[in-house]
Amino acid sequence: MGRLTLQDLDARQGVQIQTFDKPWIKVGMSTCGLAAGADAVFNALVETIQSRSLDWRVTRTGCAGMCSMEPLVEFRVPGESPVMYGEMTPELARELVTHFADKRSLPDDHRVPGLAELAQAAGDPPRTGPRQYRIVMRNCGVIDPENIDEYIDRGGYQALKKVLSSMTPEQVIEELKTSGLRGRGGAGFPVWSKWKMTRASIGDEHFIICNGDEGDPGAYMDRSVLEGDPHAVVEGMIIGGYVIGAQTGFFYIRAEYPLAIERIEKAIKQARAAGLLGSNILGANFSFNIEVRLGAGAFVCGEETALIASVEGKRGTPSPRPPYPSVRGLWKQPTMINNVETLANITQVLLHGGRWFAGIGSGKSTGTKVFAVTGKVKYSGLVEIPMGMTLREVVEEICGGTASGGPIKAVQTGGPSGGLIPADKLDTPITYEHLQQLGSIMGSGGMIVMDETDSVVELSRFYLGFCVDESCGKCAPCRIGGTQILRLLNNIADGKGKEEDLVTIRRMAHAMQKASLCGLGQTAPNPILSALRYYEHEFRERLVPAHK
Amino acid sequence: MNESATKDDVVLIAKRWKNKRGSLIMALHGLQNRFGYVPRDAAMELAEQMDVPLARIYEVITFYNYFKLKSPGKHVVSVCMGTACYLKGAPKLLKHASESLNISPGETSADGEFHLQMVRCVGCCGLAPVVTENETLLAKVTVDSLEAHLCKCKNKEKEKA
Repeated sequence: MGRLTLQDLDARQGVQIQTFDKPWIKVGMSTCGLAAGADAVFNALVETIQSRSLDWRVTRTGCAGMCSMEPLVEFRVPGESPVMYGEMTPELARELVTHFADKRSLPDDHRVPGLAELAQAAGDPPRTGPRQYRIVMRNCGVIDPENIDEYIDRGGYQALKKVLSSMTPEQVIEELKTSGLRGRGGAGFPVWSKWKMTRASIGDEHFIICNGDEGDPGAYMDRSVLEGDPHAVVEGMIIGGYVIGAQTGFFYIRAEYPLAIERIEKAIKQARAAGLLGSNILGANFSFNIEVRLGAGAFVCGEETALIASVEGKRGTPSPRPPYPSVRGLWKQPTMINNVETLANITQVLLHGGRWFAGIGSGKSTGTKVFAVTGKVKYSGLVEIPMGMTLREVVEEICGGTASGGPIKAVQTGGPSGGLIPADKLDTPITYEHLQQLGSIMGSGGMIVMDETDSVVELSRFYLGFCVDESCGKCAPCRIGGTQILRLLNNIADGKGKEEDLVTIRRMAHAMQKASLCGLGQTAPNPILSALRYYEHEFRERLVPAHK
Repeated sequence: MNESATKDDVVLIAKRWKNKRGSLIMALHGLQNRFGYVPRDAAMELAEQMDVPLARIYEVITFYNYFKLKSPGKHVVSVCMGTACYLKGAPKLLKHASESLNISPGETSADGEFHLQMVRCVGCCGLAPVVTENETLLAKVTVDSLEAHLCKCKNKEKEKA
């Protein structure tokens, strides 16, 4: 494809829907799908279709979010609603083809709810009942992520076109302000404010970094978006670059996500070939390029200053703030760091308007949030919901409650920086503020469901052990505090703890929160504090009985 | 290892990254992808080619979990220890793998066939618990399915021998 003009973009939009006149099978081929055997399913489909000389289309797509049902296959027949099949095998795939080719009907076995039944998409009229609402994941499981044409077909790069042809950077910032969009990486800082501050800072050059170093073990929405809709993140970054006056952007992605890296690299290449990256993008007086940098397994690199050190090729140790990266970041220049999910929201805010976005969600938590609901839940996977929905609606109604059918004990949000929410608090709406009141955080979107067989003491030990391993060792409160609390916690877990240990743990935890240099140390005590807040009896049960 | 081949590979990797800002970690990824770990002679060659002190290279390698200083063996078995996998029995899998392969986590077997390690979340939490063996990702693993896969690897090596 040569360089695109503004007219080309419009002409390429919505073509596939109009020309879709033969059966079309899509296979979910992100990491989850491939792990479950999607490759063999894909090959079986292609072979069977070829051997019967059928003129059908088989394409790859990203993760639809129903990870526990992978491999997923969507069968589309012109004029009919698509049918989704779960837990496919090569044998079932062959049968599916034969069945439709012979009988012109689709079998009932292995059907699962399709995307249209699960979720409302951006732009759809509102529906009732607890349902997903897909803004960030609008293309995941729908398009072939390795094909820029499919992205453009679904309105891709229209937001960039709109911005470059009709909006000043200030107008973009104003629209983001109206939308109320907040950073999806965890802290929930208003996006418009970050963009405005970085734009206003003076430097030789400005940088934008996409933080794809998804560190919370138990959250994987960023991987899924990078794999399922890479161009949406690229487009969001180009717009960010335009607004803050950057010419270079960096994707910082975990090395543990090889497929996400491959797809982003491919997307960048395609965008460059189409003239959407490089000089004079879409004919405008704006040039921008993107490079990819890989993480190397360090949770602390989720901290902005540590991430910057890592992009510079150094050890990822954090530095004191201020100065904030928006003033002095990468190579001491003004730098804006946005999370993957945040950037994936940008195009939709600009296309549908800030007011539309602000109408979704609740109070100061506007829009949607993607959660990775995992653990002892029946249907584990990714769900994107409008904020303000209650935890119970997500865990029980959308995800089917516990796999065992027994009661839920607690839900953990925010990963190693978050906290527990006991079952009797599940009617709390999911907003930044409500979760904070309960002693947890929104975090990046990990949501771990625990049932009665899970021990809060063990989970606390797990999270704290993680943070102690991942502490960079630069500041004493985090380095020493974490290790000492873990020592006491191990004693308690092994039945050797004493009453006063609980007091000491709390005291040290508060010291860590106040005195640590960066977010890792400041939030590492959260899981244990929230566990003690709601489940102190479980710790007490393991203490050495006091002498009479 | 063939010395001149090593050198050629390092020169290529260094050439790709030398003039890019902040690319040391990328070059190290290049080395690890090529050799499976970062061999000392390759690190020394990289230091020379990229004009970076060797100490700075080791400062970086030892900070990040991902880089290995020793050859990890033919089959790298990684048990995911993310939260979802942990809750769904990953510790049991790790214990089993350790007994079956007769090595502790972080170790390589004496014959260089197996390396066992824990990893922090491969991002497949919906299919927990997850274990990877080189590029193969095993989903919803049980002790039995893990043992079956390990046996397959062991037999493959025996056949080759």
